[in-house]
Amino acid sequence: MPQQRIVLRNCGIIDPKIIATYLDGDGSKALEKARQMTPEKAIDEIKASGLRGRGGAGFPVGIKWEGARKAPGDKKYVICNADEGEVGTFKDRYILENDPFTLIEAIAIAGYAIGAKIGYIYLRAEYHRLLESLKDAVNQARQSGFLDNFDIDIREGAGAYICGEESALMESIEGKRGEARYRPPFPTTAGLWGKPTIINNVETLMNIPRIILNGADWFAQIGTERSKGTKVFSVSGDVKKPGVYELVMGSPLRELVEELASARNTRVIQVGGATGRIIPYEMIATPLAFEAILGAGAVTVFDNSRDIIDIISRTMEFLAEESCGKCTPCRQGTEVMGEILGRLGRGKGLSRDIRDLEDLSSAMVLTSLCGLGQAAPNAVTDSLHYFRDAYESRIVRN
Amino acid sequence: MSQEGIAVQGNKQANLIALLKETQHKFGYVPEELMAEMAESLDMSVNDVYGVASFYSFISTKPLGRNIIRICKSLPCYLKHCQTIIESVEKELEIKPGETTPDRRFSFELTNCIGLCDQAPAMMINDDVHGDLTPEKIAHILKAYK
Repeated sequence: MPQQRIVLRNCGIIDPKIIATYLDGDGSKALEKARQMTPEKAIDEIKASGLRGRGGAGFPVGIKWEGARKAPGDKKYVICNADEGEVGTFKDRYILENDPFTLIEAIAIAGYAIGAKIGYIYLRAEYHRLLESLKDAVNQARQSGFLDNFDIDIREGAGAYICGEESALMESIEGKRGEARYRPPFPTTAGLWGKPTIINNVETLMNIPRIILNGADWFAQIGTERSKGTKVFSVSGDVKKPGVYELVMGSPLRELVEELASARNTRVIQVGGATGRIIPYEMIATPLAFEAILGAGAVTVFDNSRDIIDIISRTMEFLAEESCGKCTPCRQGTEVMGEILGRLGRGKGLSRDIRDLEDLSSAMVLTSLCGLGQAAPNAVTDSLHYFRDAYESRIVRN
Repeated sequence: MSQEGIAVQGNKQANLIALLKETQHKFGYVPEELMAEMAESLDMSVNDVYGVASFYSFISTKPLGRNIIRICKSLPCYLKHCQTIIESVEKELEIKPGETTPDRRFSFELTNCIGLCDQAPAMMINDDVHGDLTPEKIAHILKAYK
């Protein structure tokens, strides 16, 4: 099946440095249309579309916005999460490089919907080279008048994967260590500086103008029962054509990996980066959707030359390094899992290692403060399920 | 709304990370004396300023070189032989990851995914990105940085 470019429709078509190329199409029409609805009607449209977050968690966007709209207080914030740090994810980078204007319009629509006057784009430090163009795009939008009395500021990260997690992100904007917060309260009632806040991924927001213009029904007809619309993927690893691809939700993994990215001799695929799932080649027909396997869009392919324990070990090493350190199950759990996997990698596994990994996994899933710790065991759990012999073969038997 | 309007959101601490990065950019790191000054001006404790400075990988409390090389070691770059790139830089500069050249021209670090997986193996030098790296390209790339 060919790609369906809804999120990416302007990429490579408009000039990302010149707003006129955006406005000449239907740029800013969605914002105009939204402003003619009541905020509640605009939110209803997003709810009816079925749009779910594209940053990995898949929370229904309309419900999140409604929570912030209804929260008491007249100072509210929109945050666009451009921290894209999940391993193997570069789809937001591609969007920011090629179509900042749709994003800006979407943030303004979100602001109108929830009653916020200010939106922030939180840009990871590693994308600093994009800062000036983004600022310029915001300036052009301001000057063209369509932002009206809504404004957008860009805040930068300083090199911390965990700041892609929404509560750590807010801590970072507040000038603190990027540590996860206890929830409740949730951001929609008490977020940035304690005010009602929505945090949405770049790609999530990119869907908003099209839904407003074409209507919820149009969007809800694309995709599956519980995953509406399209998803943008970034494919890397053992493939001939790494890159960014946009597919209708529910498309099989095979289509992305073999037909589009030209993978051959695939052994295993990591879908969703370091906190993602491990899919053995035998399951390549798995649909890409929330109800099956999805993540934020990272798809890394490993061929038959690759070692499973090596992959899982390096995945855990990353998570242990990036753990914010606030809660014990994640801080200690990722470190100990890393040690065990390292030992297994050197062929010096102990007979208790698999049991220890399983116990640590359940403790971390149940008791970690945020998604990093809760999802850190995924690669271990999945690989134990599908590739147990890889573990067993590294255990020293007396 | 003016830029000024946005700046007054939240409290003074909201300016800390930008301030730390500015200092980093000017001096190559954030010296302790400056942390104390920042704490004073932002109504914070020095402890808390240090806590923030030490958390983020793009902020250093120890002196770094004029140019910072960050080679990605995450899985997609690992699959494309980042190890050979690391070894090339080691050979070219005669320093290991975590070290700075004696003339302070380069500091060398290993980093996690920088979102250039379609151009793996990749690295950053300061804010520039360099992708599709091979050992042969390293000397030429480094030459451009004084």
